[in-house]
Amino acid sequence: MTHFPFSNPSRRLVLAGLGAGLLATPALALSEAAAKTLVERAVADINRVIASGKSEAAMIRDFEGIFARYGDVPTIAISALGPPARSASAAQRSAFTQAFTGYMARKYGKRFREFAGGRIEVKDTRQRSRLIEVRTLAYLPGQSPFNVTFLVSDRSGSDKFVNLLIEGVNLFQTEKVEIGAMLDRRGGNVDALIQDLRRAG
Amino acid sequence: MINAASSSITRIALLGAVLLVSACSTPSQPNGINDPYEQTNRQTHEFNRGVDRIVLRPTSNAYGTVVPERARNGISNFANTLNQPADVVNSLLQGRIENAGHSAFRFLVNGIFGLGGFLDPATDMGLEDRDTDFGETLYVWGVPEGVYGELPIVGPVTERHAAGKVVDLFTNPLSSVLEGPGATAQTAANVASGFGTRYTLSDTIDSILYDSADSYAQARLIYLQNRRFKLGVDSSGTDLDPFEDPYDSLPLQ
Repeated sequence: MTHFPFSNPSRRLVLAGLGAGLLATPALALSEAAAKTLVERAVADINRVIASGKSEAAMIRDFEGIFARYGDVPTIAISALGPPARSASAAQRSAFTQAFTGYMARKYGKRFREFAGGRIEVKDTRQRSRLIEVRTLAYLPGQSPFNVTFLVSDRSGSDKFVNLLIEGVNLFQTEKVEIGAMLDRRGGNVDALIQDLRRAG
Repeated sequence: MINAASSSITRIALLGAVLLVSACSTPSQPNGINDPYEQTNRQTHEFNRGVDRIVLRPTSNAYGTVVPERARNGISNFANTLNQPADVVNSLLQGRIENAGHSAFRFLVNGIFGLGGFLDPATDMGLEDRDTDFGETLYVWGVPEGVYGELPIVGPVTERHAAGKVVDLFTNPLSSVLEGPGATAQTAANVASGFGTRYTLSDTIDSILYDSADSYAQARLIYLQNRRFKLGVDSSGTDLDPFEDPYDSLPLQ
């Protein structure tokens, strides 16, 4: 039996502790170190897939899993859809999110091969209002290193990527414009957009 | 004689650029996209897509297939080395003395130890490429970005960048020294290097030009994001804010 002062805490101490815990929540929010770790883990997972030598279709399936695990996909998807999401039904929103996930995995999964033999070095991290910016340098064989920035948020309840910038080119904004153009082409019909997304990428 | 002639050409070009910029400059708008000539630009974009499909894409694919990677890298290093003196001039005009010295050193190292610029030992020594142009110089001088446009063959530009590109044709000190075969070699290296870039980025460019639902809008957005990033323009609070939080633009609730 240990006699650690808090081993038999009084009711008041528990309440005080809970209160302190609640007050201390901001301190438990996403830290720059956690964001950096998240980037390093994702990069390691991506490198593992590239090095696996699997078929392209199998790699794209793996990337889809990585995208869903590390990215806040529902937020990215619905935010990219924009105002039309408001009038969409819950079923349409979930079908859209699912189609969007596959589209992103195909579109960018095909391109990850270009990263074969490359590496990503984390440079620094910075707080950008409620986001954490993780700046990295990507080194690809035979090319000058280029800037890749990951934006991490914990507003989903866990630390997830919400955006990626490559030499300033903003993945979220470009996809938002692309989804908007695809929807325009279909005269604003969300179901037709979902059908197109399932084939695109 | 040659120097006097070339410096007066440079002066005329500079004057031309300043006139061009002041003539068509619109107030600096800290918004996302300023594209009043969109209809005309979209026509030019279709023309450019045609040129790419018929000429640039097949030629660069042939170049990338026929010429081995090491030779292509050598040629693009050579073009890069020949461009360093222009980077030195622009860095000086921008008051970025450290960058000017950096590029001058890079020029000497690659010229002397890199087989006349075909190799790039400078990067391994920490003298990486610090590419700049007269468009950036104009930015540093406070010239507004102007409107967005797409030019035939040249592609996406802002007015400021376009004016800079005109001056860039004249500001490389090497161009005024090189004559005959030397000047031809420089032009050839630049063109070949361009094909090499089109080949290396083939998947990216094809995806934008041929797979997108609106390739004009994609090219415009990507160009502006990348150009402002390169210049270090603060886009916060605009439509192109790089740190826009998707949670804040969530349409639900």
